[in-house]
Amino acid sequence: MSVYFLNFVLFSIGLYCVLRKRNLIKIIIGLIICEYAVNLFLILVGYKMNGRSPIYAPQQEIVNMVDPLPQVLVLTSIVISLATTALVIAVAIRIYEKYHTFDITKIRRLKG
Amino acid sequence: MRWELNLLCVFIVLPLAGAFLNSLVARRFRKFSTLWSNLIIFILFLLSLVTLKFVNQYSVLVYKVGGWSPPFGITLVLDGLSAFMLLAINLISFTITLFSINYMEKFTAKGKFYTLFLLMVAGMNGVVLTGDIFNLFVFLEIASIASYALVAFGTEKDELEAAFKYIVMSTVASMFVLLGIGLLYSYASTLNMADLSSYLAQTEPALVVKFAAVLFLFGFGLKAAIVPFHAWLPDAHPSAPAPISAALSGLVIKALGVYVIVRMFFNVFGVTSEILGVFSVLGIVSMMVGVLLALGQWDFKRLLAYHSISQVGYIMLGLGLGTPLGILGGLFHLFNHSVFKPLLFLNSGSIEYITGTRKLNEMGGLREKLPVTANTSFIASMSIAGIPPFNGFWSKLIIIIACVEAGRIGYGFWAVLGSILTLASFMKVQKYAFFGKLNEKYTQIKEAPFLMQVSMLFLALICVFGGILILPGVREYFITPAVDVVVRGIAYKDVVIGAIK
Amino acid sequence: MNSENNNGMSLIIKTVTRLTVGFIFIYGIYIVLHGHVSPGGGFAGGVIIALSFVNLMLAYGKEELYKRVPKTVLSLFESIGAIMFLSIALLGFTGGYFFYDWFVYKGEPFSIFSAGTMPLSNIAIAIKVASGLFAIFLVLILLRVTSGEEE
Repeated sequence: MSVYFLNFVLFSIGLYCVLRKRNLIKIIIGLIICEYAVNLFLILVGYKMNGRSPIYAPQQEIVNMVDPLPQVLVLTSIVISLATTALVIAVAIRIYEKYHTFDITKIRRLKG
Repeated sequence: MRWELNLLCVFIVLPLAGAFLNSLVARRFRKFSTLWSNLIIFILFLLSLVTLKFVNQYSVLVYKVGGWSPPFGITLVLDGLSAFMLLAINLISFTITLFSINYMEKFTAKGKFYTLFLLMVAGMNGVVLTGDIFNLFVFLEIASIASYALVAFGTEKDELEAAFKYIVMSTVASMFVLLGIGLLYSYASTLNMADLSSYLAQTEPALVVKFAAVLFLFGFGLKAAIVPFHAWLPDAHPSAPAPISAALSGLVIKALGVYVIVRMFFNVFGVTSEILGVFSVLGIVSMMVGVLLALGQWDFKRLLAYHSISQVGYIMLGLGLGTPLGILGGLFHLFNHSVFKPLLFLNSGSIEYITGTRKLNEMGGLREKLPVTANTSFIASMSIAGIPPFNGFWSKLIIIIACVEAGRIGYGFWAVLGSILTLASFMKVQKYAFFGKLNEKYTQIKEAPFLMQVSMLFLALICVFGGILILPGVREYFITPAVDVVVRGIAYKDVVIGAIK
Repeated sequence: MNSENNNGMSLIIKTVTRLTVGFIFIYGIYIVLHGHVSPGGGFAGGVIIALSFVNLMLAYGKEELYKRVPKTVLSLFESIGAIMFLSIALLGFTGGYFFYDWFVYKGEPFSIFSAGTMPLSNIAIAIKVASGLFAIFLVLILLRVTSGEEE
């Protein structure tokens, strides 16, 4: 149970980082921490105490396998977060090119 | 029945294949990529008309991807609601691609635009068709990532800032959705919607499920821009190129937001009176906040973006009443809004294309120079404000009647008030943009190119004759199957599981 | 010698990279081809292949590599990978279903020639991921260069 709690703390750290930090790069790092926390949660959901990796192999009796499905989900979610991260970093670089700053308090042309 | 089933995955395969081929050949043959993309979207539009016939014939079609039967494999489910959304998505996408043939000429990378647009359509079609919650998440992200790139398409200061805000907020929402999916999987050990629904119906409602439901409401509510989560929309939608604003406002917030909320809460979790209450209160708050913020805007596209929030509020109010009439009103308003809001955005794009401005107080008297744009925009404005005989009137009327019928006179009052304020706001648009004295700068301007006019006229025709869709005899083909799916609620699982066997 | 040193890193790093990069590349291919019998697969192998190129680029400087691997080639490969994967899925229609395993020869379990269409899909994904990831890396670096020139 404490593992889940720590995982939740990690997620909250990421969320805090997104909401409170003023630097674009720190916000992106917060997003990545959030993503990792969720991925870790999915892995924990499928984990079993003293479980073995979910791979069939010849001449072996398979007992106590961890759930492979969350691992597949995590792989997919990693690919998705790779795409999002690449895109958001590209946008951040272009913002730096236009505004010459990473500070979000100085990037305020739109109000809303 | 086999070929009809195979048609379902064409909705996802065709735009994906188009997008990849486009990125392969767009550099060499620019004309070809334009033609190709328009052709694909047109075929999808025709096919989505065919799906309406299937829904009337079989009521539900379940496709097993790869031949793996659920709950192990991924399923694609076509029922009334999916067919309804498919038609809305592909119809509006068709007019938008037609419009952007001329409009996107001023941007350098037209091929890339079509690639991203096709990816977005593939994502939305996938979200609407899939019967598996993780697959839904994947399609949601495909559509979202394409829309992030499209919002930043101009790569100027405003676009980039809006895109950054949109990406950060939308990614956090996606993380909440993924967390909710993880919680549901840990509880029910299944990802198939029908299977999940039947597991949830067998057991006592656990706290985990409620927590997951709240996470979903947050995540998809942010994608739908319901009021506490709306901050990204007024920046992101106006910053995109006009056809993309039309697609984002008309389709994306509905396919990724409202549709998924309806599917998850009505069909999978099962609605209770508390959830319905939350929906209607959120609806009313969005309706009023959106329209009040819109009143003070002078940027045409920003004003339209605030009205999107307000109109999504109407849809949520209609759905939140929970009665068949309210759901009919909500879904019909969803369709109507996805017709007139793209039309208004295309009008704004046409004005921007010709005069180069989005500020209402720099326009004026454009009616004599731009007759098609002015008249279609007049029709759309009257339609969104709920003036008879345009389609927006009928859906708002149904929502208000449903409010009264459900004994919620107060809700009905707010809906009427919101409608009056919408009318006031669009009177302002008409007065400053199209009536009055012509600005001297614009004496030389000409009407928009032919294809842009065609797409605007097409949408305006639907606005004028959209009211026919709810007449008895017509509505059985289009809206009633969708309403039935929502009204049946968690009987969805029995229908889908019955169709597999 | 001296002018060569200005591009990229020092001679030691260049030599070590030259010696190891082939092994990294082959390891990536190994991971891809054994994706269906052991941990790994298209995505992991593709990332390793892309990393071997990134490694080369870090050691020898971006001009050297950009001369040899233009961006158009990368996007070409990326589209080819995607279309290959899609056509493998579409060929499933011959068996009646999208993504159906249309390979007739299923093979022995735990040998390389087994698991139907899965190795082919792995190869397609590896092409897409390797070229896509390297293209992302290149594009981000190019963006940084232009911003430096503007200032």
